[in-house]
Formats: sequence, C-alpha cells, structure tokens
Amino acid sequence: MPEMQQIFAGIAWNDGGWIELAATLIRAVIIVLPVILLMAVYTWMERRQASFMQDRIGPTRANIAIAGKNITLFGLLHLMADGLKFVFKEDIVPSKANKLLFFLAPILALAPVVIVFVVIPVGGFFAYSHWDQVLTADQVKAYAMTGDAFRLQASQLEIGVLVIFAFSGLGVFGASLAGYGSHNKWALIGGLRAAAQMVSYEVTLGLTVVGALLLYGTLEPMAIANWQGHNIARWGIVVQPIGAILFLAAAIAESKRIPFDIPEGESEIIGYNLEYSGMRWGIFFMGEYMELVFVGAMFATIFLGGFHVPLLHADGFRLGSHHLAMPHIAVVLVQMLAFWGKVVLLGFLQIAIRWTLPRMRYDQLMRLGWIGMLPVSLANVMVTAILLLVFTSYNWNMGNYWIASLLVTLLVYLLVVAPQQTKTDEDNVAHDEAHSHGSH
Amino acid sequence: MGIELYGVETLQQILGWARKYSMFKQPFVTACCGMEYMSAMGPRYDLSRFGCEFVQFTPRHTDLLFVVGTISERQAPVLRRIYDQMADPKFVVAFGVCASSGGFYQNYAVVPGVDQIIPVDVYIPGCPPRPEQVIDGIVRLQEIIQAGETHSQKELRQLAGAKG
Repeated sequence: MPEMQQIFAGIAWNDGGWIELAATLIRAVIIVLPVILLMAVYTWMERRQASFMQDRIGPTRANIAIAGKNITLFGLLHLMADGLKFVFKEDIVPSKANKLLFFLAPILALAPVVIVFVVIPVGGFFAYSHWDQVLTADQVKAYAMTGDAFRLQASQLEIGVLVIFAFSGLGVFGASLAGYGSHNKWALIGGLRAAAQMVSYEVTLGLTVVGALLLYGTLEPMAIANWQGHNIARWGIVVQPIGAILFLAAAIAESKRIPFDIPEGESEIIGYNLEYSGMRWGIFFMGEYMELVFVGAMFATIFLGGFHVPLLHADGFRLGSHHLAMPHIAVVLVQMLAFWGKVVLLGFLQIAIRWTLPRMRYDQLMRLGWIGMLPVSLANVMVTAILLLVFTSYNWNMGNYWIASLLVTLLVYLLVVAPQQTKTDEDNVAHDEAHSHGSH
Repeated sequence: MGIELYGVETLQQILGWARKYSMFKQPFVTACCGMEYMSAMGPRYDLSRFGCEFVQFTPRHTDLLFVVGTISERQAPVLRRIYDQMADPKFVVAFGVCASSGGFYQNYAVVPGVDQIIPVDVYIPGCPPRPEQVIDGIVRLQEIIQAGETHSQKELRQLAGAKG
C-alpha cells in the first residue's frame, strides 16, 4: 500500500516530520480553542441578548472582588459559576438505565460537532518566512506549493463537505441513544423525535448545498472559499440566495433549537436529556452551543466567502486603480478575524431567531420539511443546473452569474411566494369574518 | 492538616459562590401565586440578574425548587417525589403564605406548610408576595448558600463527616 507508506513517511521523526506534527498541534489549537471559547461565550450571549430583546438587564451579579473592586465582566462570570456548579453536582444514573448507552450519549452528542472543524478553513496559507512582505496571490500559491507556507486549516480533504455531513449526522445518535438509554418514556419520545427531525431536515440540508457545490465544482472547503473570493458578487449568498436561506433554516432545525425544538419540547415532553443531571447534562448543553458555532462556521464557509473579505486581495485592499498595500501577516490576520466575525454575526442571528419565533407543532415541522422545503430545494438544484449549463455552453462569464440568480429569485418570489402570501391573508380574513358571524 | 483544612474551606467558599449564582429553578406552581412569580421573572423585576433565570421542568436539571401556591394533601406525595428526584445539593423556597404555613386554609385538605413534607430553606410570606419580597428571599437564600447553611448542604456535610 504505497499511499499508507506515504502518509506514514509524512510523520516520520527523522526527516523533519516532527515539524509537521507540531504544525498539526498548532492548527488544532488555533482552530479548536476559538471554537471552545465561542461556545462558552454563546451561552452568555444567549442570556444577555435575550435580556436586551425583552428589555431586561440579564445576569450580571456574579462577581469577584480583586483589590477592593468588584469585577463582573458583563456577566461572563456566570458561565464560570454554571460550570463549577455542574461539575460538583450529584450524578444520578437511573437504576434501570442502560448504563453503556447512558454514559455514551453525551460524548456522542458533543464529539462529532467538534470533529467537523477539522476540515473548515479559518484562513488561507500563511507564508511564515515572508510574513512582513507584500505578497501577491501567485507568490503565496508558489510558497504553498513548495511547502514554505502554513495552512490555516487542520486537514485538507478532497471530500471535506461529505466529511462534515457524515459527522454532523452522527450527532443525532447522542440524542436518540440518550432517549433510549434513560429508561424513561418521555426521553424515548424525545429521542425518536430528534431522529425523525434529523432525517427530515438532513435531506434539505444536503440538497441546498448541492446547488452551491454545482457552481463551486469542488467539495474541498478551502477551494470553496477561494472560488467565492474577495468579489462579493461570487459569494454563495448572492449566487445561491434560495439555497442559503433554506440551508440556514435546515441547519437551525438540525441544531434542535426554537423554532424547531420539538425533541426538547418543554411544554409537552421535557426532552431526550431529562434523566441527565450535573455535568452529563452540561455536556448536552455544551453540544447545543457547539452546534451554534458549527452552523455559523459552515454557513460562513459555503455561503459567506469563508475567510475572505470583500476587496481584500492577497496584497491588500484594491478598488479599481486604488491599492492599499498590506504586509502578508496583516492580510492573514484580517482574514482570520473576518472568519470568526462572520461566525459570531451568524450566532447573533440564530439567537435573535430563537427569541423571536414561537415554536412549531410536530405536524407543522414535518409539513415544512417535506412539503415546503424539500421541493423548493430540489427545484433550486434543477434551476442551478440549467443556468450553469447555459453559462458554460454559451461561454458566458461566471462573474455575471449573480444577475441570473437574483432574477430567478425575484421570479420565484413574484410567481410563487407573493400569491401564496396574499391568498392566505385573504383566506384568514374570510375565515375570521365567517367565524365571527357564526358566533353571533 | 492546617493546609488541608484551609483548602477545604476555600473550596467550600468557591463552590458556595458558584452555587449561589447558578440556581436553575423548578417551579411547582399550583395556585394564584404563579402570577406573581411570573412578574418577578419578567422585565421589571428580572430575577435573571441573580443568575437564576433558567426554568427547567425536569427535577434532574434543577437546583432550586420553588413551591408556589397551595399544596393539598393529595399533592403532597407528588411534591415529595419531585424533591427526591432532584440532584444534591438542592434548595427549596416556599413562595407565599399557603406554601409557608397553609395560609388561611385551616382545613383537612391543605398541608399546613410544605415544611411538613420537605425541608424548606427560605420562606417568602405574602398573599401573594410582592416581587421585591421574592428578590429579598433570593438574596437571603444566596447568603445561606454561601455560608453553607442550607438543609441540603448541612446534610451532605454530615454524610461526609460520617464517612471520613
């Protein structure tokens, strides 16, 4: 097996292979550390943002007195209090629970969501030996080819998007095994609902990405980000607007948050994790917020240009003939900050959605998934394929694809969505009038 | 020995700090006091400032049992069961006079105070109590937790002493 030998030769300890190992560790730190930090900050953001949306103050009281001053860090210390309390809480295991599945479920809920970040690029290539010079894109590419540049992505896999889907699909095992292993009927119902919901929305999630992947022509996340690049007209949200909206909705459904929190419906069944106490429940809690980060990172990579910033080329900002030259390291840092900034913005959006919309009923959820979103995403794939065929067979410039996609979106809105909207409004009014007349 | 004792005391203090600012609530709402409980949770009085905003409806997730309203004899076993299902350390607040003492229900059907069934840490009087009283009760509970003087914490200390 020559491939295996090649792989092992890469991490051999003699010919500088340990540098490769160290580089892998650095990549793990620069990617996983922000993810863990963001996950913690999101729990705080959720509480404070909800407070501001509801005209409250929110948690701010937890304080530490240092040198006579009370330090509260805007309520961030409440996170520390929650974590400590979780760890030192009693750990209850139901006597009739399936012990193996009960212990395995929280791990299965959290681990796959972290593994997914292996293929997500937080930046391009960093040519470390020329960090203070202004480099063009071709130079950076040349350094990357000679191995003189550091890849800001843990692992470059040709099947990257498929890996993401494989592992994010594993996440539902956590919920359904927790439901099965707890020996509790409500938990079991919650776990089954989680499985059903995941099956329904994973289809839409995959099909919306297929539309985008037809355009990008690759499954590798770094190549996807580079296809979109610094030109905002090529970003996924412009060339695939319908796909982007459907993807966000399906991804929120995947993360089991309101308005799709059917598996954790607090007013009917408490949820698949209702037998878990202490840190075991805390891990489910962490998994939920980790999915928030994951949805943000995935959406940013596929639809928001990944780490790219509008007008920022490899050698600095360019607009027409104006050129603001920036050293290589500044460009790389701005791109990394831009990536995490996009993730945080999407976190804001998801939390705002969670505190704005009421939750759905189970049949509404299934109807939206199978009758609403699935046909639209299928049609989106078809329309994208036809447009792509037209563009390639007439040799049109793909830079103008956004005009076609926006026209199609406008047509869909005018012909499908808008009539539906007015019809339902009239129906509602008519129905209300009939109802009020009937009651007199 | 001295160092060990010092360590234990510091750990207890840190844990007390963590527990008092992270109380997840299980409301056991049976009567009209529930309205006042909601207003205490609402924007104007906002109990979430003290870190006790999470309302969970499974006893496994919660630290603080809010008994809000009249508890009849038929409900007493249910309340006891909910309390037993909570994970240690757990705290109990009797909200309003009915939960504290039975209130004006001097009859055979109503439990004269939930402390007949479960250990209560803080009583909030009033029929119903104003939100300011609820906030006062929460702050007192935080002081007791920090001092380690709630029933649950004392029981845990006794168990640890019997073991060691």
